[in-house]
Amino acid sequence: MSYLMSNPGDVLVLLLQHLRMTGIALGVAIAFAVPLALLVTRLRWLAVPVMGGLGILYTIPSLALIIFLVPLFGLNATSVVVAMVLYTQVILVRNLTVGLAGINPAVLEAARGMGMGVGQRWWRVQVPLVLPVFLAGVRIAAIVAIAIATIGAKFNAGGLGKLLFDGIQTNRYDKIVAGSIAVAGLALVINGLLLALEHYAQPQRRLKHD
Amino acid sequence: MGTIQFDDVSLRFAGGARPAVNRVTCQINSGEIVVILGPSGCGKTTLLKMVNRLYEPTAGNIFLDGVNIRKLKATRLRQQIGYVIQQSGLFPHMTVADNVAVVPRLLGWDKPQVQARIDELLELVKLSPGEFRDRYPAQLSGGQQQRVGIARALAGDPTTLLMDEPFGAIDAITRTALQDEILRLQGQLKKTILFVSHDVEEALRLADRILVMRLGEVVQFDTPFNLLTKPADEFVYNLLGADDMVRQLGLLRVASAMMALPPNYSNGHNPTLSHCDSLRDALSLILRTGAPALTVLEDGDPVGLLTLDHIRQSAVVGTSR
Repeated sequence: MSYLMSNPGDVLVLLLQHLRMTGIALGVAIAFAVPLALLVTRLRWLAVPVMGGLGILYTIPSLALIIFLVPLFGLNATSVVVAMVLYTQVILVRNLTVGLAGINPAVLEAARGMGMGVGQRWWRVQVPLVLPVFLAGVRIAAIVAIAIATIGAKFNAGGLGKLLFDGIQTNRYDKIVAGSIAVAGLALVINGLLLALEHYAQPQRRLKHD
Repeated sequence: MGTIQFDDVSLRFAGGARPAVNRVTCQINSGEIVVILGPSGCGKTTLLKMVNRLYEPTAGNIFLDGVNIRKLKATRLRQQIGYVIQQSGLFPHMTVADNVAVVPRLLGWDKPQVQARIDELLELVKLSPGEFRDRYPAQLSGGQQQRVGIARALAGDPTTLLMDEPFGAIDAITRTALQDEILRLQGQLKKTILFVSHDVEEALRLADRILVMRLGEVVQFDTPFNLLTKPADEFVYNLLGADDMVRQLGLLRVASAMMALPPNYSNGHNPTLSHCDSLRDALSLILRTGAPALTVLEDGDPVGLLTLDHIRQSAVVGTSR
C-alpha cells in the first residue's frame, strides 16, 4: 500500500498502459467477434468447427501462446494484444451466438409480420435483445484480458504486471502488494462498470427487480 | 374493405411429400370473421401466413381488396394487415405503449397522433392507459399480454386482421373472456378477421363462417350451423362433433324454434327468456325450472312460446344423416 501512496505517478503510467492494452484488445476482439458470430448464426454448420477451434485456443496457457506469437509480432505489446484478442474470441462469439439464438422466435415473427424491414428488425429488436447477453460476454472478456495483460510485462509490454515481476526479481514485497492491489482493483472497477452497463441495457429486467 | 380472395392457391415446401396448401380458392368477405379450422398439419397456418406474405404461394394468387398482393411491397402490405400470434410475440424490451406504437411509427405518424392512438387502443382492449402504458410485457398476465397483442395489431387501423391461434396458450377462462372481447370489438370495428384455430368450440363461438381444412385442402367452407347440420363428409362430421346435440342447440336461436303466441295468451307464471338466446339456454331453463313452457320476450314484450317439444323438433333437423 505504501508503494502506491509514495509512487502514484509511476503506478498511474503502468495503469494507463494496462488499460490501453486491454481497451485495444477488446475493441479489436469485438470487431472480429461480431461478424464471426453473425456468420455462425447464419450458417449453423460452422458452429461446431468455429466454436471448437476457439475453444481449443482457449485451453493453451497464455504464457505459451504469447511465446508462440513473439516470432510473428516481436517482443512487444502487439504480441500480448494479439493473444488477448485470440483468448477473448471464444467468450464473445459464444455469448453473441447464444444470445441471438435465444431470442424468442415468436418475437422475430411478430417483427416480420408487422412489416419491419431487415434493418429495422436488427436495430429495433435483435440488437436491444441481444445486448445484455453480449455485454455480459464483454465483461468476462475484459477480466480475462486484464489478467493476460498482467503477464504482458514479461514481454516488454509494460502494464501493472511490471510491478509484480520487478517486485519478485528484487524482493520488493511492497511492489508485489501494490501490483496485486492495482490489478485486482482495476478488474473490480471494470467489472462493476460493465455490469452497470449491462443492467442499463435491460430496462425490462431493471423494472422487474425494483 | 378487407376482402381476401384466394385464387387457386398452392404452396409446396421444398422437400414436402405433398403440398402444404393445395389449390385453395375462396373468398373472405369484408367485415366477416372466418375461422380456419383443422387438425395440426392441415395447412391452416400456412394459408394464413400467405396473406401477409410470410410465405409465398408456389402457385395461384391472393387478392386483398382486389389487388394482387404480389404487386405490393411485402413490408408495406404487412403494415396494412393486423397480425396477432400465439403467445403474443410482444417485444420484451419495449413498454406496452412502445409495443402498440410499432406500426404507427413504421407508418410515419407524428408523435401526438401516435400517443393518442396508444391510449385509445389500450382503452379499447380494457387496459387502463395510466396503469399499463409504461409496463413491460413480463409484468403482464398472459391474458393481458394478448390484449396488448390485439391492440398492437389494431394500431395502424388495418381493415384486415390475421390471428394465428392467438389464444392457444391461454387458460380456458381467460380464453373465453378474450373470445368475448373479440366479438365485442368486432361489433364496434367490423374488421375482416381471418382466425386460425384447432379448437372447435372457439371456431363455433367466433366464426361467421368456418373454413375446414384437411391435408392442405378446403373440405368445407360454410356457417357453423350449416357445418353442423350439413357436414360435407365424415371428416367434418367427426371434427365438429356434429352428433353433439347440445352443441347444436347452442347455435340455434330461440326465435327459430318458438311458436307464435296463442290468441288467448296470458303470461301466467312461465319463465321468460330473450328471443336471441340459444335453444341451449332454453333447454337449460326448462330443466332448471321444470316449467312446461317458456315465454319468449323481445324488447320486454312476449312474442312466442317454447316447449320441450319445439326444442326436440329442432334437434331432429340436425340428425337427418
